[in-house]
Amino acid sequence: MDPESVVASAGAGGSFISLNEPEQRYYSGLHSLCQADASGTLSSSKVAELFKASQLPPESLHKVTELCGAKRLGYFGTPQFFVALKLLAAAQSGLPVHLESVTANLPLPRFVGLKNEPEMRYSAVPPSIDGQGAQCVSAPGSVCRTPADRSTFRHLEAKVEKKEPWSPPRSPSSSPPRSPLIYRGYPYTKKRNGADSQIAYESKHSSRPIVLLEQHSSPSNHGTRANADHLAMARASSSERLDQQGAVDYSDDDPWRITEEQLEYYTNQFKTLQPDLGALILGTIAKNFFTKSKLPIPELSHIWELSDVDRDGALTFPEFCTAFHLIVARKNGYPLPESLPPTLRPGVMQQEEDIPDTPEDRSIIERLQPSLATTKQDLKEESCKQDVGVKRMTTSQEKRTLQFGGFPDRPEAPQDLDPHMRTKTRPRSHSSTSFEDTMKKAEEPPTPPPRPQKTHSRASSLDLNKLFQQGAPGIKSGWFPPPPALPPRPLTSQVSHFVNVSEKTVQQPNFADFSRFREEEESSVKPEEQGPCSRFGPSTEDLANASKQDGIGVCHSQPPQKPLRRKYHPESQNLETGPPPAMPFPTPTKSAQKLLSKQKREIQMAIRKNKETNAVLTRLNSELQQQLKVVHQERVTLESQLELLRPLAPT
Amino acid sequence: MAVCIAVIAKENYPLYIRSVPTQNELKFHYTVHTSLDVVEEKISAVGKSLGDQRELYLGLLYPTEDYKVYGYVTNSKVKFVIVVDSSNTSLRDNEIRSMFRKLHNSFTDVMCNPFHNPGDTIQSKAFDGIVSGMMVQTG
Repeated sequence: MDPESVVASAGAGGSFISLNEPEQRYYSGLHSLCQADASGTLSSSKVAELFKASQLPPESLHKVTELCGAKRLGYFGTPQFFVALKLLAAAQSGLPVHLESVTANLPLPRFVGLKNEPEMRYSAVPPSIDGQGAQCVSAPGSVCRTPADRSTFRHLEAKVEKKEPWSPPRSPSSSPPRSPLIYRGYPYTKKRNGADSQIAYESKHSSRPIVLLEQHSSPSNHGTRANADHLAMARASSSERLDQQGAVDYSDDDPWRITEEQLEYYTNQFKTLQPDLGALILGTIAKNFFTKSKLPIPELSHIWELSDVDRDGALTFPEFCTAFHLIVARKNGYPLPESLPPTLRPGVMQQEEDIPDTPEDRSIIERLQPSLATTKQDLKEESCKQDVGVKRMTTSQEKRTLQFGGFPDRPEAPQDLDPHMRTKTRPRSHSSTSFEDTMKKAEEPPTPPPRPQKTHSRASSLDLNKLFQQGAPGIKSGWFPPPPALPPRPLTSQVSHFVNVSEKTVQQPNFADFSRFREEEESSVKPEEQGPCSRFGPSTEDLANASKQDGIGVCHSQPPQKPLRRKYHPESQNLETGPPPAMPFPTPTKSAQKLLSKQKREIQMAIRKNKETNAVLTRLNSELQQQLKVVHQERVTLESQLELLRPLAPT
Repeated sequence: MAVCIAVIAKENYPLYIRSVPTQNELKFHYTVHTSLDVVEEKISAVGKSLGDQRELYLGLLYPTEDYKVYGYVTNSKVKFVIVVDSSNTSLRDNEIRSMFRKLHNSFTDVMCNPFHNPGDTIQSKAFDGIVSGMMVQTG
């Protein structure tokens, strides 16, 4: 444990939580217990053990991890760890796990079964920690921003210290954890020793609630879960860390792909420099900002060269994101590319340029973050804003999935993109065609349930709408018959039903979503349905709750479905209203090429969605079966208890 | 076709100089240095109008037995010097002009980079790439 780094990182964070002396000692002891490496980050397995030892329910731990900012960063730095400890203490005291709890005067968190006594360690650190306590400032009102600020400020600094991300539990299979050579050796491919375990982790990572369930069943996976969660939420270095730890949000291990988290972070940073997201950041301002990252000037110069594609000496928002991403990658040890990776080309970012143009869109971007805690809220907001935001959402989804063919918003896209296009049209289209396949493939395994709701369902609905408007090609017409057949299905056989649905999913790419959604609508009406109702992302989180409280779980699962239902109604309506007028539409109205390319893209997207839904469904199936077993066991125990009590009744 | 390309600052110190490595580079450095006198001469002669690219392009500065030296000056008095091997098929004037134009463009890009301080040696990979392209072309 490096006391200086603790002080430096805590002090450099600016605002920090306030710790009283015993807390500081205890926390620093725990910090050393968790075996921080030289860079000040903590070993994830040790942290995971610690969290388990706190004997808190996994969703609390998950929330703690999320709140303390470690998810965003993808690792536990010192401030994150301390905040996490505070939150654990709060949770153990019965306070809600929230950032405001951090400021409360709490008893020390209790950890059961820790191997080493943390008090042993703190003797080394009290002097620095005491000084640190004096520095600590806590602003209750701004505590919520604290992790963000800290991560913002420390983000750049931490990157200097950090040699590697979290060493994942499965690191032995991939490479020695502490070697920065890892990064050098990483090409942008998936070839690594731990490829198999990667896939396993991907499947685990793909749905956070599912991971929570698994955490139930396999405590050893706690580290994995936290790992995966952190990966899901990891920000700037997320792409590289994702590579290393095998769970990739979007596609193959392309470290040059910007995730949603990162994008939001970059957006915030851009706003701090230049409030108008459509404007330029001057070179000098950008220089000062990027110099803070402490990269050597020649590298920064090179990054600038790569990212300032219009060579105007200023950065637009996409260019800024590119530059920031390159800096982050560099700080994580990735060698700088000689030329701009296609995924970072501003054409990709052009889509995002459209989004931040309005505050509403910006909020949509933020809502797009895959955060479980707010997924429900997101869905509600999304459903509310559906009419207006749907198109933009799709565009942003496309940006997220890096599919910027621009097809969902045909009427809009050309207008929006033309001013931004400049000379970037060609790279954009290149990327779309070349990377669609990789994106498709890559998105299959790790797709978390929220994504299909937010992205593909919408996109698919939009596609169809647009298709209907423009005269759907004959291929799509084949999908029309099945959806009306699905609703009358009996609701009691939901589980088997879903299996059937998954089969149908294979056959009808886009419509599978809608058929499932319609069933979900119906299933939500039935309170006794637990598992099937809570299939998709937010509800799978409630699934975790449901596994604990059988009856209550249903209620939990219902609220998220309502927004789902609301959300999917318009889509289904669009579907139903769409088909009839679409049929007689004359196809020759549009150019054949445009249709063909559209079709192709839509088909590809549909295939991808299809595969995602397949994966989701199989996972859900397994979860449900587990639940079923659990329920059976409980029933058996209850019955046995009843029998035991029966002889006592007459007496 | 160039065997040596050099960028000289206003104060007549080199910002960037690169030669085909097989040959004696010092010779080229010397050649470039001596060509500066010729450049100065030409600049002082052309005083009147600025911004005309033809005037930026100075043309053949002087030929020697082995090579020819071409010059180009920017509005900020940054000089580009290209040394071309005479044994190669003699390049047309337009080609030399286009080479200078490319050099000027990439030099501008380097200057636009906020991380580059004017007066520093040019360490841009993009610029190196352009220059290598010109030199590789010559073979």
